[in-house]
This record gives sequence, structure tokens and C-alpha cells, in this order.
Amino acid sequence: MTTAVEAPEKLVGAPVKRVEDARLITGAAKYLDDLTLPGMAHAAVLRSPYAHARITRIDTTKAAAQPGVIAVFTGKDFEHLSPLPCAWQAGGVTNLVNTPRALEIDRVTFTGAGVAVVVAEDRSAAEDALGLIEVDWEPLDVVVNAEEAAEEGAPQLHENAPGNIVMDWSCGDADATDRALGEADVVVRQRLVNQRLIPTPIEPRGAAATYEPSTGEYTVWMTSQAPHVMRLLMTAFVFGIPETKMRCISPQVGGAFGSKIYLYPEYVLMAALAAKVGRPVKWMETRRENYAATTHGRDHITYLEVGAKSDGTITALKAKTYANLGGILSTIAPGIPTTLYGRMLSGAYRIPNIHCQVLGVYTNTGMVDAYRGAGRPEATYVVERAVDLVARELGLDPPEVRRANFIQPDEFPYDPGILNGLEYDTGDYEKTLDRALEIVDYDGFRRKQEEARKQGRYLGIGLSSYVEICGVAPSAWIGVPGEGWGAGLWESANVRVHLTGKVVVTTGSQSHGQGHETTMSQVVADELGVALEDVTVEHSDTLGTPFGYGTYGSRSAAVGTMAVYRSVQRIKEKVRQLAAHMLEADVEDVAFEGGKAFVKGSPETAKTIQEIAGAAAVGYDLPEGMEPFLDDTAYYDPPNCTFPFGTHVAVVEVDAETGEVELERYVAVDDVGRVINPMIVDGQVHGGIAQGVAQAFWEVGIYDEEGQLQTSSLLDYAVPKADFFPPFEVDRTETPTHVNPLGVKGAGETGTIASTAAAVNAVIDALAPLGITHVDMPLTPERVWRAMRTAKSGGGEA
Amino acid sequence: MSRVSITVNGTAYERDVEPRRLLVDFVREDVGLTGTNVGCDTSQCGACTVHLDGRAVKSCTVLAVQADGGNVTTIEGLASNGALHAVQEAFREKHGLQCGYCTPGMIMTAVDLLEANPAPSDEEIRQALEGNLCRCTGYENIVRAVHEAAEVAR
Repeated sequence: MTTAVEAPEKLVGAPVKRVEDARLITGAAKYLDDLTLPGMAHAAVLRSPYAHARITRIDTTKAAAQPGVIAVFTGKDFEHLSPLPCAWQAGGVTNLVNTPRALEIDRVTFTGAGVAVVVAEDRSAAEDALGLIEVDWEPLDVVVNAEEAAEEGAPQLHENAPGNIVMDWSCGDADATDRALGEADVVVRQRLVNQRLIPTPIEPRGAAATYEPSTGEYTVWMTSQAPHVMRLLMTAFVFGIPETKMRCISPQVGGAFGSKIYLYPEYVLMAALAAKVGRPVKWMETRRENYAATTHGRDHITYLEVGAKSDGTITALKAKTYANLGGILSTIAPGIPTTLYGRMLSGAYRIPNIHCQVLGVYTNTGMVDAYRGAGRPEATYVVERAVDLVARELGLDPPEVRRANFIQPDEFPYDPGILNGLEYDTGDYEKTLDRALEIVDYDGFRRKQEEARKQGRYLGIGLSSYVEICGVAPSAWIGVPGEGWGAGLWESANVRVHLTGKVVVTTGSQSHGQGHETTMSQVVADELGVALEDVTVEHSDTLGTPFGYGTYGSRSAAVGTMAVYRSVQRIKEKVRQLAAHMLEADVEDVAFEGGKAFVKGSPETAKTIQEIAGAAAVGYDLPEGMEPFLDDTAYYDPPNCTFPFGTHVAVVEVDAETGEVELERYVAVDDVGRVINPMIVDGQVHGGIAQGVAQAFWEVGIYDEEGQLQTSSLLDYAVPKADFFPPFEVDRTETPTHVNPLGVKGAGETGTIASTAAAVNAVIDALAPLGITHVDMPLTPERVWRAMRTAKSGGGEA
Repeated sequence: MSRVSITVNGTAYERDVEPRRLLVDFVREDVGLTGTNVGCDTSQCGACTVHLDGRAVKSCTVLAVQADGGNVTTIEGLASNGALHAVQEAFREKHGLQCGYCTPGMIMTAVDLLEANPAPSDEEIRQALEGNLCRCTGYENIVRAVHEAAEVAR
């Protein structure tokens, strides 16, 4: 008697330990700064000390004469290179685009802009010589606040952008929203500041380059989330050379959080320098440079109006947002506060009337672009604060207002009316709310809170029921005809099964901590029935991987991995065809399961994937017309985005005397669709919570009125430490999406998107007895103490 | 230039260094062990943590000349006879790392903690790690990893 082919245990859905870790826990991983090339020189960049100034003279003579200095260059030396492109101009509007050059030539618009570069034998010599470059500056008037920069009479940054306006974008129906606000039982108005954040990956940025004059070929190593895009932008838009003349490599990348998506001046500069000095050149950012010259995130000022019926039904939401985009535009800056913010302002709710206007504004500050969550944390903050403001105004319980307005499971796919044609895919929002309230024991907490209030203690609980947009693609939607992205956002993969049965996957996605090598291997191992260790995933080098747009926006599961999945399906089909030939059977009669192909009903005749791969590779005996080898390249462009959701709950106590906030508990119930690796998803959620809570309580990037960055290092910018947090309590529901065959939605940013609003709502709830309805972030002891003092002396909002 | 002799992972290195040479640059560039990372210039992040004479130090805040005659252990020297240290194993087991950049420093600090306190509480672990910044994990799984390593060692 024969037994059925035993199916190996499925890896998808299991907490498989990461294959990446062996090199990371032993110090063997090679990050950018670990790269040493024969004859390598080192570069250091002179940066503007002024936020807005003309350069009237630069003299590099003394610096160039220093021992160890090879050469010194200024912006004029790279005048022939075009400015860096802005690749995402907000859909439907004219963006007034001003972007960085390799080095600025005659004018700077933020402190930290590069104006000269020293190339020297070692890094110390390069840095020492910076101080000997003489620059005559003519300082100009400065404006750092987006709302002020948009006012009449403000200092003007760019001739082509009158009023400092980059773009004036809107979505929704203004008239209908105004009418609905007029007819609402209550209207709550609130000004909300979503402060500037500094991403702070623990590895700063860096780049190194070589140039081979005999072939005209550049090789550029860089800390990038998107090496293929870097090559495209540098060759086609800056250098004006064929992309085949440049190879871009992202080595091991030490965290990014969005800040390493973009093309930066230094990457262009290293390539140009390698050609100029005829040696490999490397530059590694210091932390202070990282704070001054790498992109920041958020920085919105929003005027919110929300209308509701007296039963808590929200009828209208109107937002006018000033989005600070900095002194010049980073690569995808205009798309963040528009597509990824304005279009998400319906949140998890049926809101029949929405209007959002976004003014993108130039100011004399560092560039602002996507930072983990990118637009969705800002949108979630507006929506979730709005819900709590309505609850407070009407004296209703915040969970009940959420329930009253949730989009219901049977309403999917749901068109919120402002997504420019996309629909929310699937959801069961109330389930995550119920589960979160159960874990936190909401009713029990309310009783405890009541008791504590009698003793003069301020306990609070805050909710955030979010929905976000992941797997950002459909090229036709995101691209120029739709949302204005200058290309498509499909992904690609190649899968090859070698003669020995070992599988090599190459992907255009780029892992910088997410564990793609593990999760993609899990999918491939399951589909082909091979062991996890028989799959190798290669990425991050334009030589040898197919084109990809890179990893950001929680898109590598729902888009990048789907390209891998599609490729594997086609390989499996070829496996069946070849197996049929080997088994002398009809293809229709052959099944492929658990790594074995067999005639249905006769598993004892099975050929293993290794045998079939070997047969395909040697090619001695193939069916007529079949090409040798199991090899397939797939391009995947999804039909829709995916929309993860969930409910987060923060529990805090505010010190009545000092205003200090203690985070007592944090509960997260997320639904990211089907989960490939729960261990990795939990890790993503944990990290996201920490970053989002940090915005609520601690982090803020501050420029003074002269445009000097006051939070210019880790001494002054409050990146949270291990003892800032309680243990996180993380749970999940699983509502698969139908957008892709694996049912996955994406999990990289949910924590950041949800947690900021939950944490702030908790503090405002704690302060309810004082009549406080809002305090702007970060909720430092000083701010909370001031709010309490103002409230006690008769004021309301701080 | 000053002549220093520093033992790193059991091998003695004699080098001429500038007085301003940092221990981290000595380890990374003069010795060529790049597992120790640099994440800031103000001694906040702890990515560069190594052991000097048995105690965890931030090697960006120690001059090479101060370490003259000293005994340094880096992440590359933690495994013995091909077997990973219990803390390294625990970081993998509990997913205590994502991008891995803070990990060598984090592991070296955790080893130092467990040598001084073999059974630390949650709070003691979080306090011991407060000189090491991680931006990926929210520290949750790092704390679990340190507990795991402590349990395995018992």
C-alpha cells in the first residue's frame, strides 16, 4: 500500500528564524563604511552654516595645500551635472520644483547644504581641511515655519515659487463639505501641529564610487533603499549617460525608515569625484551631518473642522494643511502630504463629506520627505484626534464613536471617495477594536481611572483605530496620469533552480532590516517543496538583479514578494510539463506537491524537484520545444493597493505635579492580512510603536528663527531608549486581501501609523478633568505642565 | 605618533597612532575588524561598544593611547571554538535585531550586564541598555533576548 506524498510543514505562517542573522550577530556583515577599496581616498563635505545665503566667493587655496589633501572642489566644478530630479510631483498640479545639486553653486536655502568638498588620503585630513576653505556669505532673510512662509511679506526662497508655494493640492468636495459642516449638530475645530521628526537610522548615510576611464563605467556603493532607482536617476537625469554605464550597490544597510529612499547630492558627488581624481572615493556621513543634510519627516500644521450629528455620526471632515517641504525638494517630497496623506483622511470611517487642501511650502529648513508611515501617520493623527474631539464634545465614549462610524465588513471593497479610484480592499475594523479593549480591560480601566481621579491622579486611555495604504503600486494609479509619480511601481523577480536543486531568487526589492531573505525564502520553499536553506535571495545590486523600485511604503510583501510568487508559479508549471515527459504521462495527470511531481494517484512514481531541475539543467532529454533550465523572470503590478488596519490602545499616567507622562501599557491589535512570518511582523510592529510613541512624547526637530538646527545631534534629539517603554502587548486578527494570491497586505509601518494618535489621545483623556481638549506634540513634561497650569487658571486648550 | 600595543580578540597589535586616534578607529581601520560600528559622534548610540579589560566601553570615547596595554574583545571575538556566545544565539532566537547595525554594541553591553548580573529583571535590563540605541526593534525583543540568554546560562 502506498502512502500519499507527505507534505512538509508549511513555512509561510511560521516564525522562521532569520537567515540574515548569522552575519549580523557575528560582525561579519559589511555595511557601507566597512568597504575599503585599493587606493581609496576619502571625502568630506563643507556645509552651509547659514539657512539662507548667497555665496559671493569661495577660496580653496589653503585647504588644497594641506598635507594629505588630494583636491578641493566647489559647486562650479560640477556645473555640468544637472540638478537632482524630483521624481514624484503631486498628481494634477504644477509643482514648482527646486532640487539639490551635487554641490550648491551660488545660493543655499538651508543649513547643511553642501558647497565644497575635500578629497584627501584619509578621513581626518579631509575633515581638517574643511576649516581652511574660505567662503564669503551674504546672509538673506530666513523663514522656517510653513504657515509663516506662506504669508504675504515672508522672505522668498525661489523666484519660480511665488509665496514659497511648491504646490496647492486638494481632494474631496469643498462645497459639499462646507454644506455638511453647516448642517452638523456640532462642529469641532482644532489646529494640529504634526511636528518635524528626524528619522535617525543608527547607520548614517554614506557612499563610495569608482570610475573606469577605459570603459566609462561607474560603480557606486550607497546606503540606499532603492539602488535601481538611484542608477536610473543618476544616469538619466544627472549625468546624462546610459544606465548601463553605472552599477549601483547597496551593501548591508543599517536602518533607513524612508530616509535612504532618495537620491542625495553626495551619491552623485562621489561618482563625479571618482572620475575627477581617478581613484575610488568614499564619504561617510557623521551623525551631525545626518541631522542637517538627510531628510526629515512630518512637519504639518493642520486646521481641522469636523462635523457630527449628536449621536456621534461624523458627517464632514475638512482639513487645510501646510506641509513644510524644506529649502529644496527631496526626491519624492510632494507625493507624501498629498497622495499618502490627503487621500487617507477618511480613516476607518464612513465620512460622507471630506475636503482636504494641502499647501506644500518651501522654508529655510532641511528637506522633508517620507519618514516611516509617510503621510499615513499624519492622516491617522488628524482622523483619530478628530474622533476623540467629537466624542469629548458630545460626551460620548471614544470606542462608541468609532463603532458608530466604522466601515462595516460587508461594505468592502469600499470607496472613500477621495482615493482617486482605488478602494479599501478588505476589513473588519470592529474586531480589532473589540480585541484591543478586551486585552486592556477597558471597562476595568475606566473604573480604576475614576478611583484615581478621586485621589487627584490623572490616568488616561487612548485609542487609535487606523487604516493605512500599503503595497503602493498600481502603476496606472500612482504614475504620471494619476498621482504624479514619474514611473510605475511594479516589482520584479527572477527565480532559477540550479542543476543541484538549489534555488536562487534575485529581487528588485531591497532589504534593510525587514528580513526579505527569510520571508521570500519561506514563500519559495513552500511553493517548490525545498528546504529553506536551499533558497538564496540576492538583492541590492543593479548587476545581477532585475529592475525594482525598492523597499518603502510596506510594499515588499504585497508587491516585491508577489513578483517572486508569480515567477515560482511559472516554474512550477514547467516542472509539471517536464515531469510529465519524464514520467511518460499527460501533463494534466501530473501533480506537483511538496517538492515531488507524480502521476495523480500514483505517488510512488514521484520525481523530486531536484531530479527535475537536474534534467532541465542538463537538457539531454526535454520535451519538444522546451528550453533548458528552470528559470523565470516575473513583473508584478498589483490591481490595487492593500489596506491594513487595527486598533492600538495606550494607557498613561500623567504626574499631576510635573506633567511627566508615564506610558503604563501599550496594546496593539493589527490586521496586516495573511502573515508570512509572525516573528518578523511582531518585530516590525514593536519598532513602529516605539517610533510613533516617540513622536507623541519626546521627539521634535527644532529650527530656531535663524534657521539653525537646535536638535543637531543625539545630544539634543530625543531618540527613545530601552527604559522609556513598558513591554508591548501585541495581537492580531487576520483578514486576507483578495488583491494578491498570498493575501498579504504589508506590515512595515502600522506601528508608527497607529501609535502616535493612541498615545496623545491617552494623555488628553487623562487631562479631561481639567477640561483640556488638546496639547500639541511632543507631550513633554513642560508642555503638559503648562497646559495643566493654564487649565487650572481658567483656560481650556493649551 | 605614539606607539601602542593593544590586544584585540587575543592577538596583540603594535601600531603607531596619532594621539587623537579613537579606539574604534584603531579596531576598525588599524586592526581591520569592522564588526564594531559607529553611529554617532557624541557617545550616545553605543553601536561601537566593545569590552576593554573585561568591561563594556564605547570605543568612540576611548583614545587608542588610553587602551595601550589593554585587552579588547569585539563582536568578532565573542564566539569561542566556532560556537556562538549565548547572547548571540539569544538575539537570533528572539528576533532581537532587524537591520543589525546596533547589534554588535547591543550584544557586547548585554554580555557585560549578564556577567555582572546573571538574572536581571526587565527593569534592570532596560536600564543597562539605556546607553545603546536601537531604532528598529522598540527594544522589546532585545529585552526578551537578554532574558533568554540569562536563562540558557543558568
